[in-house]
Parts: sequence; structure tokens; C-alpha cells
Amino acid sequence: MFCCVRGIFLGISVLVLSVAAYAQEISKEQIKGLDEQVQEIKTDVLGIAAELNQLEEKLLYPSNTQVALFVSLVNGETFRLDSVEIRLDGKPVAHHIYTFKELEAMQNGGVQRIYTGNIQTGGHDLEVSITGKSEGGGDIRETGRFSVNKNVGPKIVEISLAAQSITFKDR
Amino acid sequence: MYRLFILLILLIFTASPVPAGMSAPKTLKDLHFGEALYYAFQGDWFDAITRLDTELAQHHGLDEPERDTLYYHINHAEFAVGDFELAYRMHQRAGRAITAVIEGNVEEPVRNEAIFRLARIYFQKDQPANALYAIERISGTVPPNILDDLAFLRAQILMANGRYAEAVRILKDLQDVKSLEGFSTYNLGIALIKDGKELEGRQYLDRVGRINSNDALTMAIKDKSNLVLGSKLLEEKNFEGAKEALDRVRLDGPFSNRALLGSGWADAFQGRFERAMVPWSILAMREVTDASVQEAMLAAPYAYNKLNVYSKAAVMYGSALENFETELDKLDESIKSIREGYFLRALVREELKQDANWVVKLRKLPQTPETYYLLELMASHDFQESLKNYLDLEQLRKKLESWEGDLDAYEDIIEQRRAYYQPLLPVIDREFRRLDSQMRLRLEQRDRIEKRLKNMLVVPRPDYLATSHERIFGGQIGLLEKELANRGTAIPGGTETRINRLKGVLHWNIYTDYDRRFTEAHEHLRDLNHEVDQLKRQYTAFVRTRQAATQSYEGYDDMISRQRFRIREARETVKELMARQGHMLETMAVNELAKRHERLAEFQIKARFAMAESYDRATRIQNQERDDQ
Repeated sequence: MFCCVRGIFLGISVLVLSVAAYAQEISKEQIKGLDEQVQEIKTDVLGIAAELNQLEEKLLYPSNTQVALFVSLVNGETFRLDSVEIRLDGKPVAHHIYTFKELEAMQNGGVQRIYTGNIQTGGHDLEVSITGKSEGGGDIRETGRFSVNKNVGPKIVEISLAAQSITFKDR
Repeated sequence: MYRLFILLILLIFTASPVPAGMSAPKTLKDLHFGEALYYAFQGDWFDAITRLDTELAQHHGLDEPERDTLYYHINHAEFAVGDFELAYRMHQRAGRAITAVIEGNVEEPVRNEAIFRLARIYFQKDQPANALYAIERISGTVPPNILDDLAFLRAQILMANGRYAEAVRILKDLQDVKSLEGFSTYNLGIALIKDGKELEGRQYLDRVGRINSNDALTMAIKDKSNLVLGSKLLEEKNFEGAKEALDRVRLDGPFSNRALLGSGWADAFQGRFERAMVPWSILAMREVTDASVQEAMLAAPYAYNKLNVYSKAAVMYGSALENFETELDKLDESIKSIREGYFLRALVREELKQDANWVVKLRKLPQTPETYYLLELMASHDFQESLKNYLDLEQLRKKLESWEGDLDAYEDIIEQRRAYYQPLLPVIDREFRRLDSQMRLRLEQRDRIEKRLKNMLVVPRPDYLATSHERIFGGQIGLLEKELANRGTAIPGGTETRINRLKGVLHWNIYTDYDRRFTEAHEHLRDLNHEVDQLKRQYTAFVRTRQAATQSYEGYDDMISRQRFRIREARETVKELMARQGHMLETMAVNELAKRHERLAEFQIKARFAMAESYDRATRIQNQERDDQ
């Protein structure tokens, strides 16, 4: 019986070493070799993605008509942003409902590209509406209006959101 | 449970605190960099890398990069892309990116931070010699925010290279660093033990084992320290000391099962079987797939046997046997199911990825024996890395598939544009050429007028500014004079006087009104310039729109067919790699489960014999009691 106990006791060390145990059957070199090939294909696919992005931009959003709207949270804002709706010249062009991860990413300083589209040169009306909850649990509903002046080059507008205000910045 | 599991994984393979994550610049100037960070903060490394790579490539391609908004964050962005690649497990590329920073024309602190990051990559990829070579290249000013992390990494690298005494010296200096609390002391303890200073090392492990903290990782390293110390003491038969250390391990921590098992043995080896039953009873209630729990199922009846409670022991062995049988069946089913390919299919189930707890959820799904032991398999670093690679390959597969669809859509768009523009453009071009020649003519006229007006500033020419009436009038007078002269007779005095008076009036008007007319002519030219500017703008807008019309459907064919070819090639490679990676995962899983099976089968045999022996003893005692009565 005691040998059974010793066997069990040895089990503790077997458990600790179990990781190394099956690594012998699939060699480290095999794992490493495959991992390197996976890294290579990732590089290739990233390259394809970059070229496709360029192709997409050239084909769908040429610079003379391109407009891109970016949404960010003002530094230190902790209100819960639920949704953003964007109207360009009165037409709804984007409506986004935020997940927790997305909101956290924005609170950490990330910037969301919420809309990329095409407009003609000249002035355009931009209207941004947000909904959310304040830290105290109160409802937040804000709307901001802005005039976008599109020139020949790509137009970039930054929309900064705070619980009390929406500010726009031409880039 | 999943969070604990992640902690366990973190701690099994490294005794380092989680490196300080990426952060956004305090004042963000470049929105595209912010966009890359937005994806990175969500763990979407592929999109983060793609966006930042594109932005960096554009920045480096500029003639005046200092005028680009990314210029303000360029060092940050270069490091960030390396971090993203590292997080996406592209160590080779991350290493290359960081090496490029090191070899670039950068300031000393930036270079040193880059070397620090490179050394960390080598260390993480189990290349201690390269890591040491890299970190020894650091000299001069080091950014203050990485000083402690650099020292800690240096100590870890020295330990990995067997230079424990040097590591000890560094780690001793890091004992008061709050961000490394627990980790620096634990590593110091291990370094001292490896350096032959067993007693001193254990004192440090003991110190970590007594830390109080609210930080989950610090508490986990505390547990790990107690487990290591307890296991050492148990091996040396210092059962009292072992129990003290093992009992400090939290009951809900990632190391609790192994600690409970060891704590029981520490009591059992001292003959305190009743006390041993306390941790083992707790353990016996836990998840049966855990190896420590399975051992406890044998250990608990063993304790009852020792307490001469043979009937209870026999019943518990019986229960253990039942559990082992069930688990063996599950293992058989799991192995069979894995071999039939269900394992890989379960791993890529999309709905599960929405849940952070998906590894645990998989186990609970009905009719999926292939994933029943996934949590246990995940305890292996190699398995985890292989699984991540497999899931990454699956993501690439889906992207490539969807991109092929995108290319089809692009071709449709191009065809529609071609069908719309091609019949229209020849007519438009013809009309444009007509208007263009008219415009050029008018512009030449304007240029001539401007030139003449400029000359008139130097040499006044009032006659140039005569009105059309005056010109006609002057012409008529000239004709009259000519006619009179042609008659060959003397011009009547009255007529000549009248002609001269008229000429005089004309001359008077043209010369006296010259200044006003000259000013007016300039004003008209200014107005004309305004019109010409507008005309030129319209002309440029038309030319641009005309070019855009052509560019909207021409010049894409090569690019699209090249992309199609690359995508097809990449899909083939991904398919092949997925098959190989999947096969490797299946093999790892089957190997591990087979070992589990073998071990449980041994337990089953032992339990069967032990149960028979317990029944025998229980029966003998019963018979003896009956005889005594």
C-alpha cells in the first residue's frame, strides 16, 4: 500500500514535469519551425492587407472627394458613451453603438474612424449626436453641428466628445 | 475560473510582472496613429499593425516628414508597431523593426529603449545568449521610465544564462520597487538557491509568501512562492514547514489544488491523517479533470485506511473507481473525437469567441467530448502558442476569403464605371477641346492687354484708350479729309476750320480723359483677372474630374490580378499551415490525454486493489468483533 502512496506522491512531480514530457514527442524544432512559417504568412497577409487598403482608398475614396471622420474622447472623460450618430448634409451616414472594449480603447486614447466617404468640394453640414450615461447614471444626449469645407485634398475631421460638449477640429 | 487560469499560465512560464502596456501620447497629433491604437487597445493586432504600417510607410516616403503629424510621435509609433507585432506573436518582424530603430539615427535614450525591447524579445523567445548580448550593448542615458524594468530584465537574463551571483546583486537593489513587488523577491530567492545559497534563498521565498497585496498578480506570485517553498520542504521531509507554506496558498488561487494536495501529504507523512482529510476533502469536491483532484480521490481513502476506518475507505475507493471509470470513458471519447477532427472544428466556433470565458464554456458544451480537457491542455505553453497560431491562421483564412469577395466587388464597380463613362467621354472631350481653344484665345488677348497697359505706364498712349465712338469718329474725319484732298481743289476755309476743331475736340477728349481711362482700364483688367481666375479654377476642376473619371476605371487590372494571385497563394499556404498546425495540436492533445489515460488507469488498478484490501480489513474487523462478542 505504501508503494501506492509513494506512487501518488511521485505524481506531484510528474504533474510538474508533464509539460516537458510530451514536448519530447513533438520536438521543439518542429514547433519552432512551424511557428516561423506562421510568422512568415502573417507578414505576407499583412502586406496584402496594406496593398488592398491602398487599392480600396484609390478606388472608393479618391483624395479629391474623400472625407474621413474620426471620433475621440476628451482626455480624462469617464462617461459611458453608448452611441454616436452622424449626419452629413442631413443624411445619416454613420451610426455606431459602442461595446465595452471599444469604449475602453477610446478612454485609453484610441481614435475611432467612424466614417469614410465621398463629398464634393465646398461647404457641407455635419451633425453629430451622442447618447450615453454620466458617472452618476444620468442620461446624456448631446448634438453638435459643424460646417465642413471640402477642398481638393482628403478631408479629415476630428470629433472630440465629452459629456457636456462636442468639439470639431479640421485636420 | 478563467481569470485564475490565465494567471496560472502567466506564472507557470514566467515570473515577471506584466509589462506596462502601450499608452497613447498625452496630446495626440496624428489621428491615424490614434486609430492604430484604437485597434491595439482592443487586442485587434492585425488591423493595428496594418494601419500603423501604412502610416509609417507614408511618413517615411514624404519629402518633408517633419511637416507630417506623425513626426511628433515617430519614436512612439516605431516602438508601438514593434509592440503590436510582438503581441501578434511576430517576434522575428518585431525584432527586425526594433533593430532598425537601433541602427537608425536616434538619440541615446531611444536607442537604449529599443535595445531593451529587443533583449526582452530574445528573452521571451528563449534565446538567453542573444538577450544577454543585446542587453550588454546598453550604455549611457536610459529613459527613467524603464530603469527598473531594465534592471529586472537584466537580472532575469543573467539567471537564464546561469550567472546567478550577478543577478542576485541586481535583484537586491530592486527590493523596494513597488511595481515589481513579489516578483523581484521571488526571483532573488530562486537566484540565491541556484547560486547555492539555499537558506538565504528560502528566506526570500518565505518573505514573498507573506506579502499582503490587492494586486492579483502579486498575490499569484505569492502563491507560487509558497508552493515552490512548500514542495521543497516536503521533499526534504520538513513537513511542518511545508504545511505552513502550503497553507498560505489561497484556496481560490491558480495553485490551490496542488497546494491542498501537498498540505494533505504534509499532515499524512506526520501521521496526522485526520488533519490531512481537511485539504483533501476540499480538493475532492473540485473539478474532477484536475490531476491533483484525481490524486486526492486516492489519498483521502488512504487516510481513512490509516485511521482504521476501512469501511469508509472502501466506499471512497469505490467512489474514486467510479469517477476514474467515468473519466477514462471521457478521455476515450475525447481522444476519439479529437482523432475524428472535432477538436479543431470546436476551437474555431465563432460564437465562442464572443465570450472571454470561452475555454471554460467549451468544456460545458454538450456533445463535445473533444474539448472536455481543453482547460488542462492549455496549461502547456507550447499548446497555448500552437492554439493561438491556429486561431490566427483561421482569422487569416477568413480575411483572405473575404478579400477575394472584395476584389470581385471592385471589378464590378470598375466595369460599371467603364460602362457609364466610356460612351460619355468622347463627346465631353470634343466639347472640351472647342472650349479650350476659345479659352486660350481669350487668355492671349488678356495677356496682350496687360502687356500694353504695362508699357503705357512708361510711354503713355492715350490713343490706345480711345472709345469705339471716338475711333469711328476719328476714322470718319480721316475719310473726310482724304476725300477733300482727292478732289484736287482747295478746301474751303470754313470746312477746314471745322474739321480741325472736330479733330481738336477729339484729341482733347482722348488726352484729357486719359488718366481716368487708364485707371478704368486697370480696374477692368482686375475684374477680368477675377473672371479668369474663376475660369482657371473651373478648368482645373474639370481637368481633375475628367482625370478622376478615367482613373476610376483604368489602371486597376494589373493591381487586382496581382492581389488575386497573392491572395490565392496565401490561401494555399494558410490552408497547408492550418492542416499542419491542427495536426500538431491534435497530436499534442492526444498525447497528453493518452498520458492522463495511462495515469488514471494506473490509479484505477491501485484503487481496485486498495478497495479490495480495505474491504478485507473491514470484513476481518467485523468478524473479529463478532468473534469477540
